[in-house]
Amino acid sequence: MVQQLTSGERQNALVILLCIFVAGLAMAAAGGSDPLGMHGVIVMLFGAGLGALVMRSYYDRQPDPDRLSHYYDDPIKVGIALTLAWAVFGMFMGVWTAAQLAWPDLAFDAGWSTFGRLRPTHTTGVIFGFGGNALIATSFHVVQRTSRARLAGQVSPWFVLLGFNLFCVLAVTGYFMGVTQSKEYAEAEWYADLWLVVVWVTYFVLFLRTIARRKEPHIYVANWYYMAFIVVVAILHIVNNLALPISLGQAKSYTIWAGVQDSMVQWWYGHNAVAFFLTAGFLAMLYYYLPVRAQRPIFSYRLSILSFWGITFFYMWAGSHHLHYTALPHWVQNLGMTFSVMLLVPSWASAGNALLTLNGAWQKVRDDATLRFIFVAAVFYGLSTFEGSFMAIRPVNALSHYTDWTVGHVHAGALGWVAFITFGSIYTLVPSLWKRERMYSPALVEVHFWLAVAGTLIYVFSMWNSGILQGLMWRTYTQEGTLAYSFLDSLVAMYPYYIARAFGGLLFLLGAIVAAYNIWMTVRAVPVAAARQADVPDTGLAPGAAATPAE
Amino acid sequence: MAELFHRKLERTAIGFVVAIIAAASVGGIVEIAPLFTIHETVEDAPDMRVYTPLELAGRNIYIREGCYACHSQMIRTLRDEVERYGPYSLAVESKYDRPMLWGSKRTGPDLARVGGKYSDFWHVAHLTNPRDVVPESNMPAYRFLARTALETDDLQRHLQAQRALGVPYTDEMIANAAADAFGQAAPDSPFAAGVTERYGEKTQVSAFDGVATQLTEMDALVAYLQVLGRLTDAPYSNTAAPEQAPDTTN
Repeated sequence: MVQQLTSGERQNALVILLCIFVAGLAMAAAGGSDPLGMHGVIVMLFGAGLGALVMRSYYDRQPDPDRLSHYYDDPIKVGIALTLAWAVFGMFMGVWTAAQLAWPDLAFDAGWSTFGRLRPTHTTGVIFGFGGNALIATSFHVVQRTSRARLAGQVSPWFVLLGFNLFCVLAVTGYFMGVTQSKEYAEAEWYADLWLVVVWVTYFVLFLRTIARRKEPHIYVANWYYMAFIVVVAILHIVNNLALPISLGQAKSYTIWAGVQDSMVQWWYGHNAVAFFLTAGFLAMLYYYLPVRAQRPIFSYRLSILSFWGITFFYMWAGSHHLHYTALPHWVQNLGMTFSVMLLVPSWASAGNALLTLNGAWQKVRDDATLRFIFVAAVFYGLSTFEGSFMAIRPVNALSHYTDWTVGHVHAGALGWVAFITFGSIYTLVPSLWKRERMYSPALVEVHFWLAVAGTLIYVFSMWNSGILQGLMWRTYTQEGTLAYSFLDSLVAMYPYYIARAFGGLLFLLGAIVAAYNIWMTVRAVPVAAARQADVPDTGLAPGAAATPAE
Repeated sequence: MAELFHRKLERTAIGFVVAIIAAASVGGIVEIAPLFTIHETVEDAPDMRVYTPLELAGRNIYIREGCYACHSQMIRTLRDEVERYGPYSLAVESKYDRPMLWGSKRTGPDLARVGGKYSDFWHVAHLTNPRDVVPESNMPAYRFLARTALETDDLQRHLQAQRALGVPYTDEMIANAAADAFGQAAPDSPFAAGVTERYGEKTQVSAFDGVATQLTEMDALVAYLQVLGRLTDAPYSNTAAPEQAPDTTN
């Protein structure tokens, strides 16, 4: 890590880490016994720990002056490791919370371990920890290869990656302590949110400067999606998290949005976190790793344009479908429904583009589990976007809202689409990044694939069943015109499905553990392949290397 | 032609980013900005009152424990919901809610009108161990609330922050925040009178967790649960629902 930095860059890194340490000290002093004080200590440890790491190699010899003619892959490698660590953590929390719904005593009579506090550790752990790290790591990889240029910074990629993980740690440890804004998928409190803004602006500048260095006249489709992901998430994050802390020494804040306006801002954020965090960024992965793995060009450039702008424009209108039949004015609900249905066009344009790219290479899909991950991801992307548009229709939503059907839908997307495309991308990326011939064990990739497929199907089917059953029980009337079931009747009917769901999630978690082991062993035990050495950027200096296509 | 234009656009990073921002901004602006300008968005309810300091503290415990993950506070305009839970929720009922807690999932029932539906005693027993009261329940037990003293030192700051954002707390309310929190859970104490004086006669003053001498987080949470749906009578006069307002003297 540090060996790649010049002494000037090592100094810069130390100055930044010192500032972080001092900020942590200030938080600890101002916070005292408030959770903010505890978070100050965590920030101090972060600054001091990384500072010690830099100090240890501070006087090591200077990096090879030739380093700038190579891609900057160290942050990507660490990013992959963090992705896998968060995957195991986040999915474990998911299995635990799922089990609590079936066996509530698994909270062990403590505050920190109750369902309400653990649930955001699962959602943040998988969305931001697992998904976010995968997005940052792959974006660093894809932008360099498709631009044939090295990242435009030596310290800033580390700042972005590790700073983002500091945000995730502050968020998750906060939930255990009861620090939450209670805005779904934006639970972290004001100071963590401010920190994320700093990290994200750095990310944006780094990404844009790297694009500006490109040796290709056109910006590749994958980078459109990464740019949309970075820019729009910044807008969403800032607007939704505007809040007034009760004091600078306390974690608690009050959002500036209230009541009905808050509900709209929250779901404008919430739905577009799905759109621009969980869709745009992962479509970027699809548009790069699918053609690389299948060794075929993307089927249609025009479809790519259509789906990109369709998604960017339509998604932002769709958030109000989370608020059908509520106190939100009707006209907003109807706009949300209309655009949600129209959204199916660009969504299926993407899914279709992916599947048509594979058309003609089905034998590869059959034989190669990695490509099969990407294939299943595209299928689930198509299925869950169809389901999403369907559930956004008011009368359907009347049944599905507030039920497990929503949870099933989200997981069809999160497991079937997001996690599958991520693992497919990682299995493609890891051997190339570490310049290995292949993965340590193709058989374990196969095992992971089937565990993940089985887990997803069990999960989604149990939630479809429980959700629709729940929705129907709530609205069933007797012959006499009274409600047929008490709420409790509907809860009792849920138990078998909650157990099945926890089991499905467990299979998926086991798959992720298998993946982490396989990747670890690939790095440790698989010999370096000479054929991978040609993977260098176009510097204008090495004419031989310049002609090498990306991957 | 469109493709030709796009081929130009994708050659410039800044231009592309500007185009993304332009395309992505429209939806949010059209859907959110009018919610502040169209008057009918939030109904008028002159009797709508603010949360007492104890209720606000209870609300913050509700937020801290993530209750919103399983309980909605939004009765939709559907027949079965109105019959099960009471008149559908109005926007005005959450106009002081920062953030709103409408929720998105009902693992447990909706709580928008749970105030006054059960006794304090029932709530305490239920929160202590839900399965003592409802054997089939899968709700976590919150025993620790009863053994955790409520933090009241910073209640003034909470009310001040709320006022800075537009919630009409008076100077008197802010100055007496801690005393009112204690008084609302200690009906026989000299502090009790101030609560009804400042927040209205209908405000429930009782030893929520059964112990009037010590203020716990259980007191605060039960006080909050008991006020849900009772900040205004507007839903009962505005809708076709036949129900009467629940007896708020309790």
